[in-house]
Amino acid sequence: MTAQDAEALLEARGIVKIFGQHRALDDVSFALRAGEVHALLGENGAGKSTLIKILTGAYRPDGGEVRLQGAPVSFRDPLHAQSHGIGTVYQEVNLLPNRSVAENLFLGHQPTRWGLVRRKEIEARARNILVTYGLDIDVREELSSFSVAVQQIVAIARAVELSGKVLVLDEPTASLDRNEVDRLFDVIRSLKARGLGIIFITHFLDQVFALADRVTILRNGRKIATHALTEVNTTDVVRMMLGKDVAFDHHLTGLAGATHGAPCVRFAGLGRKGSVAPFTLDVHEGEVVGVAGLLGSGRTEMARLMFGIDLADSGQITVDGKPATIRNPAQAVAAGFGFCPEDRKLDGIFGELSVRENIIIALQAKLGWFRALNREDQIDLAGRYADALDIRAANHDMPVKLLSGGNQQKVILARWLAIDPSFLILDEPTRGIDVGAHAEIVRTINRLREEGLGLFVISSELDEVVAYSNRVVVMRDRQMVAELTGADVAPDRIVQAIAGTPVLPVSAVAEVAP
Amino acid sequence: MNRSLRPLVATAAIFLLAYMVAVAQFPAMASTRVLGNFLTDNAFLGIAAVGMTFVILSGGIDLSVGAVIGFTTVLIAVLVMWAGLHPLLAFAIALIVAALFGAGMGAAIYYLRVPSFIVTLAGMFLARGAASVLSPDSIGIKHSFYTTVSKSYLLMPGGGRLSVVGIMMLLVFLAGIVIAHRTRFGSYVYALGGSETSAALMGVPVARTTILIYTLSSTLAGLAGVVFSLYTSAGYSLNALGVELDAIAAVVIGGTLLTGGYGLVAGTFIGVMLQGLVQTYIVFDGTLSSWWTKIVIGALLFMFILLQRLLHSAAPRRRKRLWTA
Repeated sequence: MTAQDAEALLEARGIVKIFGQHRALDDVSFALRAGEVHALLGENGAGKSTLIKILTGAYRPDGGEVRLQGAPVSFRDPLHAQSHGIGTVYQEVNLLPNRSVAENLFLGHQPTRWGLVRRKEIEARARNILVTYGLDIDVREELSSFSVAVQQIVAIARAVELSGKVLVLDEPTASLDRNEVDRLFDVIRSLKARGLGIIFITHFLDQVFALADRVTILRNGRKIATHALTEVNTTDVVRMMLGKDVAFDHHLTGLAGATHGAPCVRFAGLGRKGSVAPFTLDVHEGEVVGVAGLLGSGRTEMARLMFGIDLADSGQITVDGKPATIRNPAQAVAAGFGFCPEDRKLDGIFGELSVRENIIIALQAKLGWFRALNREDQIDLAGRYADALDIRAANHDMPVKLLSGGNQQKVILARWLAIDPSFLILDEPTRGIDVGAHAEIVRTINRLREEGLGLFVISSELDEVVAYSNRVVVMRDRQMVAELTGADVAPDRIVQAIAGTPVLPVSAVAEVAP
Repeated sequence: MNRSLRPLVATAAIFLLAYMVAVAQFPAMASTRVLGNFLTDNAFLGIAAVGMTFVILSGGIDLSVGAVIGFTTVLIAVLVMWAGLHPLLAFAIALIVAALFGAGMGAAIYYLRVPSFIVTLAGMFLARGAASVLSPDSIGIKHSFYTTVSKSYLLMPGGGRLSVVGIMMLLVFLAGIVIAHRTRFGSYVYALGGSETSAALMGVPVARTTILIYTLSSTLAGLAGVVFSLYTSAGYSLNALGVELDAIAAVVIGGTLLTGGYGLVAGTFIGVMLQGLVQTYIVFDGTLSSWWTKIVIGALLFMFILLQRLLHSAAPRRRKRLWTA
């Protein structure tokens, strides 16, 4: 289980990859054996996809080396890696929807005679190959006439035909249903039996335990560990992914039990098919509800439903005891909601606009076209909120993109505070902010709560969730699976709920903790 | 039925229906003489449309076709009448020039990542301008070779004459069908039209294929110019104005999806024939202005685009049963 793995088929040693200032991978070693399914796990930004891109030739490492069957290799591009036996199947099927299944299997490698493609031979061979995958289909039909699962298997078959040593599966199950996943797993198991080394990337922990032999966990560009799945359980894996040692507790005593005001928003049975299972949640004035869960568990989708970005197909929303209709973000703003999205740069900040303009924009949108804020009001408002949130900018007319991540986040907060909201949704408010600024955002959240706002805060940082939440809801597999209150608002309990292990009394967990 | 066959069947059915209506009104239109003229009169359009089919299948467009035809006729006239070259030598030179021109456009499209629409628009102005620079006036071609060719034909049963240019068009269509459906290059063309990203990931030589597609289109436009020159015995810089649009219309009416990836070369043949039929009908009628051709083609084109929408997207895509078990 060391980096120097004698049985390794494909091996990465001490890989370093740097983008600008950012070390996407820092001294990561990874070894794949023939005949194993090796799961690669990590949250967003952990370095999974960077590592895969280096192994498959899409990126070149800035340090370290890749070895194939013991010999150092350097791939020019994915095609070069493919010719050395490393095939990749992506989440979105990268085949040709407009061509036949047979042609998709053989494109670029069609057998020819006198320059003419031997179609009959291709079709016969395609049929024979697919039968070994349990697929008996008309290979002359267009690929797009088959389900995603079939297309996925055709993609795997092509990769195996052309490569045949290593198969990289990048979230292959993301758009498959339960039955299809099972069939895909049968295919993967049979390939494993044929001696291929398979790297399997997924968000679904149960799939890792169902299929993989070993797991490597990455976090923040570093390798945390490689384990045989017989040695670890779900809780261990979640713990390693989120990097929380259960021993410490940031939780402010008294916070969870703190009294809060009247209910300000109620979501009753809100849900959307294929996105989030119906959930019921009350948020009170002066209360922070934290949301924990792994990436892809439905956290962000929950927030998008609440704010009317995605349309709910079930449930009601009640604001201040009165039923409210929220079918788009404008209605949500009118109802007193605010939303700071996960990806600031993409969805939140207008980088070219000034600090002042970014702050007043939601208020102006709420007022409408004909009640423009005059310049004095704008300056006054921006100044007030910038001071209140301690936004550090040389002046309020400078473009927001020049500010640090933490200050940008505070500008978005200020924007929503300017409309005087009663309910604020924050999706990963501390992502991409330097560590020093984390505490400040946490302080701001606590202050907003004291001022009587209802907050709904999504975060992957467990100790932060614990530091500001009165209550924590836990998402898993697009369902709300737990609601933790009081003494249960603690990192270890959250990890257990995410992992789906039976809820033990707090005292029992404390004994289990290292 | 295969999805790419459906529009072709629709086009063929409409062609047959229109032909029967025309014959019912003017029985003389059923003769092989009319058919022979049909092929001769539309030979240059058909040849250019084969090249256009490849371009559109790959998801591109070639607006330079008409200008390349015009340029080629002038170049041939200049080489034959002023430089005194034998027409066959002039043809070869013209085809090489056209091929290089197309390769240049293909390279610009691929390496500079400029949309084909822009590059071939520039190509159109360049070729048309170059033709006017060579000679602003029409140059008549008098050469024994031209006389011989225009007098040669195969006699069809019923007295119809299958001219040399008509035969050339049929051969180009046959070659186009084989290249599109039976060679690796053909499968790459469809692959580019399906998804360029996927094609690249699957190992399709995207650069080479793109350059070859536009080389093929321009070469065929050059050949169409040769045919036009033989057909009119003249070179003029304003020859074949707007033929690229007729070619695009023939391709689309023939069932090729304008966004690429779906279509058949054989469909383009029917598209060309349908345009020819409309023209012939209007000639037979005698009272209609020739502009009615454009109106009918416009209506047909619109109808076919609607039809393609229906066949390709609105129709519920049947998903095959996933597993045999």
